[in-house]
Parts: sequence; C-alpha cells; structure tokens
Amino acid sequence: MSAESATSAIEARNLTRRFGSFVAVDHITFDIRAGEVFGFLGANGAGKTTAIKMLIGLLPPTEGEAHVAGFDVRTQRLEVRRNIGYMSQRFSLYPDLTVRENIRLYGGIYGLTDSEIRERSSSLLERLGLSGSAGDLVARLPLGWKQKLAFSVALLHEPKIVFLDEPTGGVDPITRRQFWEMIYAATARGTTVLVTTHYMDEAEYCGRLSIMVEGRIAALGSPEELKRQFGAASVDDVFVQLARTTSEPGTAA
Amino acid sequence: MRALRFLLVKEFLQIARDKVMLRMTIIAPILQLLLLSNAATFEVKSARLYVVDRDHTTISRGLSQRLQAAGRFVLADASPSAALAEEALLSRRASLIVNIPPDFERDIVRDHAARVQLVLNAEDGATAGVTEGYAMQIITRYAGELGATIHASSPTGPVLDVRSRNWYNADLRYRDYMVPGILVQLVTVVGTLLCAMNIVREKEVGTLDQLTITPLSRSAFIAAKLIPLWVIALFELTIGLLVARLVFGVPMRGSLVLVFFAASVYLVAALGLGLWISTLVSTQQQAMFVTFFIIMVYLLMSGLFTPVRSMPDWAQWLAEINPVKHFIGIMRAVMLKGATIVEVMKPLLALAAFGTVVLSLAVRQHGRQ
Amino acid sequence: MNSAALWAFIVKELRHIRRDRQTLTILLFMPLVQVVLFGFALRSDVRNVRIAFVEPAPDAATVALRNRFAATNRFRVVARVRRMDDVEPLFRRGEADVAIVTEPDFASHLSAGDTAHVAVIIDASDPNTGSVIRNYAQAVLAAYEGDLTENRGATRIITDVRMRFNPTLESVNLFVPGLIALVLTLVSALMTAISLSREKERGTLEVLLVSPLRPWQIIVGKVLPYLGLAFANVLTALLAAWLVFHVPFRGSVPLLLGESVLYALASLALGVLIAALSSSQRGAMMAAMLATMLPSALLSGMIFPIASMPRWLSPFTNVVPARWFIVIARGIMLKGIGLPYLWRETLVLIAMALVLITVAVRSFKPRLA
Repeated sequence: MSAESATSAIEARNLTRRFGSFVAVDHITFDIRAGEVFGFLGANGAGKTTAIKMLIGLLPPTEGEAHVAGFDVRTQRLEVRRNIGYMSQRFSLYPDLTVRENIRLYGGIYGLTDSEIRERSSSLLERLGLSGSAGDLVARLPLGWKQKLAFSVALLHEPKIVFLDEPTGGVDPITRRQFWEMIYAATARGTTVLVTTHYMDEAEYCGRLSIMVEGRIAALGSPEELKRQFGAASVDDVFVQLARTTSEPGTAA
Repeated sequence: MRALRFLLVKEFLQIARDKVMLRMTIIAPILQLLLLSNAATFEVKSARLYVVDRDHTTISRGLSQRLQAAGRFVLADASPSAALAEEALLSRRASLIVNIPPDFERDIVRDHAARVQLVLNAEDGATAGVTEGYAMQIITRYAGELGATIHASSPTGPVLDVRSRNWYNADLRYRDYMVPGILVQLVTVVGTLLCAMNIVREKEVGTLDQLTITPLSRSAFIAAKLIPLWVIALFELTIGLLVARLVFGVPMRGSLVLVFFAASVYLVAALGLGLWISTLVSTQQQAMFVTFFIIMVYLLMSGLFTPVRSMPDWAQWLAEINPVKHFIGIMRAVMLKGATIVEVMKPLLALAAFGTVVLSLAVRQHGRQ
Repeated sequence: MNSAALWAFIVKELRHIRRDRQTLTILLFMPLVQVVLFGFALRSDVRNVRIAFVEPAPDAATVALRNRFAATNRFRVVARVRRMDDVEPLFRRGEADVAIVTEPDFASHLSAGDTAHVAVIIDASDPNTGSVIRNYAQAVLAAYEGDLTENRGATRIITDVRMRFNPTLESVNLFVPGLIALVLTLVSALMTAISLSREKERGTLEVLLVSPLRPWQIIVGKVLPYLGLAFANVLTALLAAWLVFHVPFRGSVPLLLGESVLYALASLALGVLIAALSSSQRGAMMAAMLATMLPSALLSGMIFPIASMPRWLSPFTNVVPARWFIVIARGIMLKGIGLPYLWRETLVLIAMALVLITVAVRSFKPRLA
C-alpha cells in the first residue's frame, strides 16, 4: 500500500501506444482520484479501449508511464491486477458455466477463502435478485442480467479500482439506470470507477469526464465545467463541437 | 496453488457440458479403430484374373485351374484374344492377365522350361506387387509338381531345408500392426487439436483477456488447460486399448503400465504443441487448419503407414525429431513384441526431451503474446 | 436478376479468404507439401534390411552364407550372435528385421550331402515389410542353394512380368490422383462447412438472408471462391507432380480438370449440407472431418486398396465420392483412358453431385428462415 499516491487512484503521464505508424493513444495525461467515477468518452476508434488495456496491463505502453493504485503498470503488473476489477465490452463470464460456478471461479482466482466466496456470492445473488437462477447457465440469462452479473463479479474481490469498458452496450434504458445505481453503490464503498461509454446521457452521470478524439484527450473536467467551457447545453454538444474542430485539419487516421 | 483448483473445476465442468465434444471423444476412437483397422490393409483378398490361353492343353488348363483354386484369384474372363484381355484391363474388369503362349506344353515336356507372361494393372503399385507375389508362388509350385509328375525328377533330398517363422504376428495380421499406430494418432489428435482449440476459444470469446488481468499466474492457467486434456487423452487411450483388445483381439504382450507411462510422457509434447499453436492463431478455424496440417505431416512422416526406413535419408533424419515416430515405435514394440522399459529407453528419452523442449518453448511463446 | 448484388457478395467472400492469411497460406501450400512428402518420403518398397545371424558354431559354410547376404545391396549385417535367446532383444529394440539361424555342423552336413537346416526368423510385427523381407531372404538362400548343387534339370515356368501403367511401381504415381481428391475435399467440403457455419454462428447469415439475395445466390456466392481455390490447388498439385516427379500424364487434361470440378461440386454441396445441419462452428468442423476427410482418405482406395477391405466394408466405399473420382483420375493420368471407359464413374459422380446439391439447397432455407 504505497501512501505517497493515496489521493490518486490512477495517474497517467504521456501514455502513448503505437501500432506501426498508427498512433492509437497519443500522450495522454490525467489523474483519477480515489472514489471518483471517471468517464472516458469518445467515438469508436478514439483510443478508449487501447488506453484501458494499457492501464490494466493487457498492452504494454509504447511511451509514457502510468500508476494504478500506486503501482507501475509496466513493472508491477501483478500488484496492479490484485487491486483492479475489469469488465470488457465483450462479455467476459463463461457462458457454459452456471451463475454460481462463475462466481466461485473468479472468487477462487482472486484468492478468496471458501467461506468468503460462499458469503459474498449469496449476498451478491440476493442483491441482484438472481438467487433463484444460481444454477442456470449464464448463456441462458438475458443480456442485461449478464452485464449486471459481470459487474458484480468484477467487484467480488473488492478491488480499489474497477475498469468498465462500454458496460452498457446493447442494454435497455431501465437496466442501464440500474447499472448506474450499482456503480454509485460501489463508489459509495470507496471504489474508484473508470468507465468508457459513447452514450452521452451516461456521460452526465460521471464525476469527471475526458473526451478522447483521435488518441488525444481533447477536453477534461466535470460535465458542468465542460458545458461552461464550450458554451454548450449538453455533453453531447461539447462532443460534437470537439469532433468537428479536430477533424478539420484533415489528419484523419 | 489454490487458484489452480478452481480453474481445474471450471475446465472439467466445461468439458462435461460440451456434449458435442464429449460424444466425439467417445465415438471417435471406436469409429477410427473400426475403420482404419479394417480399411488400412494392403492384403489382396481376391484379384480378378483374365486367362489368355493360346495353348489349349492339359498343362495350360492346369495352370489356369491352379490359379483359380488357390482362393486368391477370381476368374473374370478367359479368351484367346490378347486385345480383349487388354480391354478388360483398361476397364478394370481384370487386374491380372496370364498369357499362356502356344507350345507351352511342348516346351515343358521337351525343354523342362516354358514361358508365361503376367500383365498386371499397376495403377496401384502395392496391390500389383502383392498380386504378383501370389501368382508367382502358385506358378512355381505348379512347376515343381509338373517336374515331379512328368519327369519324376525330384532329387534325393533338398540340400537346404529352409524354414521361416514369423515372430510377433504369426498370421501376418495387418490390423495388429496398425492398431497401436492408430491409438497414437488418436492421442495426438486429442492432445494437440483439443488443446489448441480450447485455448483459442477463450481467446475468441474474450475470457482469455479477462483471466489475463486477474492475479492468476501463467503457469496456473497453462496447467489448468493441459491437465484435463492430459486426463482425457489417457482416457481415450484406455477406450482405444479396450476396443483393440476386446473387439479386434490385438495382443498386449508388454506392460500396460509402460504403455500409459510412455503416453503420459508423449502427451507433454503433444499438448505443448497445441499450446504453441494456440499462441500463433486467433480463431478456432485457423487453429484447426494449422493443427490439421502439422499433424498430417507428422503422421505421414512417422512410419504410421509406410516404414520410416524406406524413406530417403533426409526424411529419416526428420523422422528422428518427430515425437510421433518415437511413440509409435514404443507402442508397437511394447504391444506386439513385449518390449520392456530398458528396450524402449532410447525413444522414451527422446520423447521426454521433446516434451521438455516443446512445452518450455510454448510456455515462453504464450507469455510473449 | 440482381447479378450486381451476387457479384458484390462474391467479392466480399474473396476478401474474407484473402484476409485470413494463415488459412490461405496453408491452403495454398498444403497440396505442394503433400505432393513433395508423398513423392519423396512415402515409399512402400523395402530397403536396407537389417539382418542378424545366429551361428552357434560358425564354420566356412555359415561365413559363406553370411557373405552372400552382405554382398547384396538389400541386406546390412547388424549382428552375429551365438544363441537364439539373443535375437529377441534385437527385435524388441527394433535393431534387426530378420535373423538367419544356421544349425551347428552346417558345413559338415553340406559336405556330407545331407540336408542342412536354416531358419529364417522375421520380425513380422509389420506384416507387409515382413513378407517382403522373407521373400528377399528366401531368394538369396535359393541362389546359394543353386550354387551348391548343379542344375538338376528341375522344371521351370519362366514368368515374364509386365507392370502396366506404372512399370516402376512408383508410389507417387499412385498417390497423386488420391491426393487431388483429398485436397479438393479439404478445400471444398471442410472450408465451406466451416465458413458457412461461422456466418451462422455470428448471425451474419441472417443479415444475408433478409437481403434481396436468394438462398441459392448466397450458396453460390459462398461456394464459388472456394471452387476457385480448389481449382488452383489441383493445378499446383498436378504441376508439382509433373515437374518434380515426372508423374505421367497420358490422358486428356481438360477431361481431368472437368472431372475435378464435378467432384468439387459434390464436395461443396456436402459442405453446405453439413453447415446447414450443424448448429456451431465446432460441430461443423467435427462433422466435416468425420463425414468427409476420414472416408476420403481411408475408404477411397487412395492409400489402401478397396479390394483388400472386408466384404461388409466395401459397400460403404460406394457412397464416398472420392472413391469414384480416384478411379477416374488414375484412369486418365496413368492409363490414358477417356470417357468411353469412365462414363460409369462419371455418371455416379454427376448423380451424387445432383442429389447433394438438391438436398443442400433445400436444407439450407428452412433451417435458417
């Protein structure tokens, strides 16, 4: 537990990733405070997923550095992994295992004891209202339930930071609301949440936002600050303005 | 290694739920053994014979009768016309023409020697060779009889009394020879193909990324993938051995423990290969193709169908670095000849060396991706 | 008629194939590698026979006999032992193939005019090689015996053997036609089945089905690129066989290519049918392997002659399209015959293709609508 960066859950300094000559993420710098809901906004291909993959240690950065929960993502990968949860845009639970089996598996991987797994899975199932379906194959659950389950499983080991990569893709508005309620509940317990999305209404739910355009952070601040700064009525308008100004120089990749 | 326990449970649950795979792992060995051990034979049961007899004598007819009486030949047709015979050969109605020239009987009686022409359809070289062998045996025996009856020329006794004995396979059952090799093929397919497909599937679905960002160690992940398949492959081998013994009566002259021990060692190499392939490809389709290709080359060069020592030198050198060849050698030696561990030590050590090299290379490659 | 849409669809399919570099590389190189492997490495002739001598009491005659074997280029003397018990370990280690056992007093028996006893012990675990080796050994012994005695005027029938269509019994001549069948099966049936079932699994097939394309157009679009690929493969294999191994090409090339297309059509239809019936990519892969590759390799007469198979098995070979194609391909390439001889096989292939196409198109629509 390094005390020096207790205020910052995530720090990124000039984080860069190139694929050949293509620059997917271009010198991004930001700090995320503990307990914050931080949003990554951007069009498809803006570099959100690549940035997350570098932060969780799936992709080594080409340049720059980053600390997650106080640990260097290059050199302290294992420590980083113990402290984070991750839910990807691709569904990440095993469809051919039951709800309970999935929970047990990830609990076991994160080193929970058998009694911890038992307690947490029953409280988790109860919270989600899935107690009756604990023995069902995950493949048979409706998409919204799967997403909520995946989120809960990512929180099972009580990580300091959770990365959510487009968690609400393809989910109906009601389930999306419930999902955000779950996110707030997690932050209330002190968890930091980094979430990527391209739903602009969701952006308004975030504490702070960074809008990525072509691999760079084009704007960063709370939704209110951004709207004020760009003189826009909604985050959506901010986004459209940014997209227009940056694509004009004709540096489309 | 607590995490390994949970991963193993997961792997076994997934395998048990995959009904298609499960059914395949039971049916495939039985079907393959049934098919291969029956189909894979060069024995020629009956060849279609065309007799062109232009002599029309007792002796020439005797030859034709001898050929038919041996049970190896079925008379397709007979006529004095070489052209008609050729026609039959072209249309595959006949696979062997026996041309008996005029004056056949006269030559036998006068010169003690006469000529016959055998024309074989050698489209299929192996069959032609075997058919020729049968025909020659019958003709030689007939000549001996003729000598005895016509010339009463049998000498006082043979100078050499040659006895030949076929060890390990007295009845020359090709099946006994093929089955151990087929079992190797089976174990290879299960080990390599299933391993590659299984890991690539997690890649395709995205769960591999999910596991990668957990604190799970690489070795635990690999162990959890390989151990269940290792068990399944040995289970497969057990079914195969049972079918071989109970259905086909293939002997097991050596130690069953030795067979399983060799298989366990071999599987390290086979599974390592599967792991290595999984790091090279990104879809199950690719995994299947790459594996299929590699296994095919391995099997063809292993001596499963044709003896390694008939191959050119460079191919024999390649065969030395082919674990399949060594394992087939061990299986045949132990099952058919009752070889002991000392006698198969050399190939066994080779297998162990392969297993170590392939697996460590694969693990390194896996870490690199 | 929306031929533009069909064309766009075909272009898309070609792009898929081109993007998947690994699979494409394998598909293009596979026939080449196979021809080279089959051509160079797979020979069923027996060379370099390792022979051991069991001489309880070596004397002038046993040495002479041993030298006779050593003088042939077929045998290599690897061991001389005193006792029979020493033979077994040699065989078990796989260090000798045959042992010649002479009795004590071998020379004195011969000089006294008695019968001298020789035993030929074969490692018959491989019955084919074993039989060939026995023939070789007996030939050497017979020649030795002939030298020991004067020609006593035994009656002989001199056989003059002609191997038609493949005089040197080259394995490569035999395998190439079968190889073409195998490659065509692989590319046509297996690839089509997998590629179609993948679209089904990903849901992209539904998108295509609600498009203005008709089901048959979707099938044509899926199938045509693979047909082209298969055709390219046939040409590569033939070219390699002709240039590297001088495999004869006696018949009409256009006829062979035409028959190849016919066979490819039947295989493609089989692939479509498998994809329509299976629910997952993996299921399709397994089904395609079992239903196409295995029979095409084993029940087609490609490696193992159909005439050698047990009677219950041979009717099954009749429903394997490769079986008919191989007869045609061998007939054209090795015998130089054309349709007058091959019309029956061609009709069978046409009938199979028609039935398969009809069933495939039918099963395709309702399953997916």
